[in-house]
Amino acid sequence: MDLQTTIYLVVGASFSLYIGIAIWARAGSTSEFYVAGGGVGPRLNGMATAADWMSAASFISMAGLISNMGYGGGLFLMGWTGGYVLLALLLAPYLRKFGKFTVPQFVGDRYYSKSASVVAVFCLLTASLTYVIGQMTGVGVAFSRFLGVSNETGVYVGMGIVFMYAVMGGMKGITYTQVAQYVVLIFAYTIPAIFISMQLTGNPIPQLGLGSNLVGQDITLLAKLDSVVTDLGFGQYTTTTAGSTLNMFVYTLSLMIGTAGLPHVIMRFFTVPTVAAARSSAGWALVFIAILYTTAPAVAAMAKTNLIRTITPGVVMENADVYSKDSAIEYEQRPDWMKRWEKTGLLKFEDKNGDGRIQYYNDKTGNEVTKAKIDAAGWKGNELTVNADIIVLANPEIALLPNWVIALVAAGGLAAALSTAAGLLLAISSAISHDLVKNVFKPDISEKGELMAGKVAMACSIVVAGYLGLNPPGFAAGTVALAFGIAASSLFPAIMMGIFSKKMNKEGAIAGMLVGLSITLFYVFAHKGIFFVKGTEYLGVIGGANSFFGITPEAFGAVGAMFNFIAAFVVDKFTPEPPEHIQHLVENVRTPRGSKAVDGAHA
Amino acid sequence: MDKSGEAYWKATLGLLTKILAVWFLVSFGAGILFADLLNNIHLGGYPLGFWFAQQGSIYIFVALIFIYAKKMGEIDRKFDVHE
Repeated sequence: MDLQTTIYLVVGASFSLYIGIAIWARAGSTSEFYVAGGGVGPRLNGMATAADWMSAASFISMAGLISNMGYGGGLFLMGWTGGYVLLALLLAPYLRKFGKFTVPQFVGDRYYSKSASVVAVFCLLTASLTYVIGQMTGVGVAFSRFLGVSNETGVYVGMGIVFMYAVMGGMKGITYTQVAQYVVLIFAYTIPAIFISMQLTGNPIPQLGLGSNLVGQDITLLAKLDSVVTDLGFGQYTTTTAGSTLNMFVYTLSLMIGTAGLPHVIMRFFTVPTVAAARSSAGWALVFIAILYTTAPAVAAMAKTNLIRTITPGVVMENADVYSKDSAIEYEQRPDWMKRWEKTGLLKFEDKNGDGRIQYYNDKTGNEVTKAKIDAAGWKGNELTVNADIIVLANPEIALLPNWVIALVAAGGLAAALSTAAGLLLAISSAISHDLVKNVFKPDISEKGELMAGKVAMACSIVVAGYLGLNPPGFAAGTVALAFGIAASSLFPAIMMGIFSKKMNKEGAIAGMLVGLSITLFYVFAHKGIFFVKGTEYLGVIGGANSFFGITPEAFGAVGAMFNFIAAFVVDKFTPEPPEHIQHLVENVRTPRGSKAVDGAHA
Repeated sequence: MDKSGEAYWKATLGLLTKILAVWFLVSFGAGILFADLLNNIHLGGYPLGFWFAQQGSIYIFVALIFIYAKKMGEIDRKFDVHE
C-alpha cells in the first residue's frame, strides 16, 4: 500500500474513534459539560490531562528544539514537567476542595470581588486564546502535509472536528476522547524512537539507548555526537547552555509556574471525585507525560546523529575525517526523504562552493582551530538548513521506517494538537458562559440556558481561533511563550496566595495580577511588537534586547510573577484585611474533609 | 496530641518544604547550577549533569508527587481530616 493511502486509513480510523466516543459520552447537564460530572478516576484523569497538556509544541517542536540546543534544551523538559510538582503541591487539591467549576470563580469567591473574577477571566482568555492559535496553526500544517490539502482547508477540517466533539460532549466527551488521543499520540511518539534507538545503539529503550555505545563502536553516542558537532563548529551537545545559566534558570522557572497556572490544566483536576484523588491524579498525569518527555531527548540526540550520518556517512559510524573531501555525500545521491521535505521549503540546500556535495556545519563558529580546518577544506558556508519543526515528523523517514509508522506519526501529531485545542476551548467557553454571562450579566440564567451559552461561546471561540490560526499574529513560538508568561505572572500567584495567605485581600490580588500581567506584556511586546504586529517593537525604550539581566522575553514570566507577589503584598499592607468569613473559607479549603461534588453556584 | 487546624496546616507546610527542597535541588541544582561540576561524573554513557537536566529530574518529579500524595494521606488520617 502506498504512503498516502496508509495515512488516510490510519488518520481516518483515529478520527472515527474520537467522534464515536464523543457521541457515546454526550453531556446532558452543566456539571457534565464543565467537569464531566466529577466522577473521573485519578488514572483516567491523569491520562486525559497528559493529552490535554501535550500539544503540537510538545509532540512536533520540542525534540527539534532540543536537537538544535543540546543540553540547554533541557529547560523545556524540566520546566514543563516540574510544573506538575507545583500544581500537585500548591494548587490542585485545594482547588478541588473549593469545589467550583472554573478558575475565575475561585478568584472571585476567594477575593470576594466580581472585579477580581473579571480580571481573572481576562487573564484566562488572553492566555488560552494565544495558546489555541498555535494549536490551530499546527493542525493546519499537519493536515495539509499529510492529507495533501491546502493549509486553509487543513484548518477548516480541524475546526470541524474539534467543533463536533468539544461542543457536543463538553468536558465529559473531551475527557474520554483525550484518553483515546493520548494512546494514539504516545504510540506514535515512542514506536519510531524504539526503532531508531535499536538501529543506532542496539538498545530498544530510547532512555537507555541515549546513554549507550554506538553499534559496533567503543564510544558512547553522546561522546561521539559531542566530538562530531564540535568538529563542525557547533557548541558541544551535552554542555551548551541556553543563553546564560541565569537565563536558563529563569526560563525553566517560568515554564514551571506557567504550567501550574494554565487554566485548562487546572480545570482537569475539578473532574476527580476527592481531594486525595486530585493529588494522585497529578502524579499519574506526570507519569503519562514523562513517557514522552524522557523519550524526547533521545529522539533529539538521535535525530541529530542521523542527520549528520546521512550527510557524512563515514563520520558517525566509522571514524572518517569530517574535513576530508569525500566525507560529505553528493547532492544528487541524497535520500528520498530529503527530496520530499525540500518540496515543503522546510529543508533547503544551496551549493555555495560548487563541489556538488552537501556541507553542513556552523559557519559562525568562533573557534580559530576549527575555522582554519574549514578554510583548508574549501568550504564556503553552511549549505543545508533544516527547520527544527520537521525533526519529529521526518524522523521515521530519516531512519527509513515502514509506511505505517509514518502514518502513525501523522495521526499522533493531529491527536496532540486537537486534544489541547479542545481543552483550551472548554476553558475559554466556561470562562465566558459561567464567569461572565452567569456571574456578571445574567445571574438568573437557567441551567439549560447556561449550557447553551457555553456551547455558543465554544463555537464562537473555534471560529476566532480558526481565523487567527489562518492569520497568525507573528510566529507561533512567540505567542505560546506569551501564554505561559501570562499564566505565570497573573493567575498562578493570585491562586497560590489565595490558598497560602489567609490575609491576602482583594486589593492586593487585583493589583498583583494587573502589575504582573502588564510588566510581562510590556517586556514581551518590546521584543515581539505590540500584539505581535511586526514593526511595533520598542526595544529602544527598554535599552536593547534582553536588557533585563540578559533574560529573553520567553523566560520573563517568572520575573512577572515576582513583581505580582511584591505588588500584592505591598498593596495588602495598606488596605483592610479580608472579612472574617473569607478567612474561614481559606481554612476550610485547606482541609480535605467535607469535599463535595463540584458545582457552579456563585457565593 | 494537637489536632487543631493550625497543627494540621503546619504539618502540611513542613511536608511541602521538604518536597520542594528536593524538587529545587534536582532541577535547578543538579540540572542547572551544578551541571558542569556533575558532568565530570558519568552514569552509564551519560554525563551526570546532562542526565539530571534531560532525564533524572523528570523521574524524581514523578516520585515526588506520589510520595507527597502518600504522606498527605497519612497526615490527613493522623489529624482526622480525611474524606
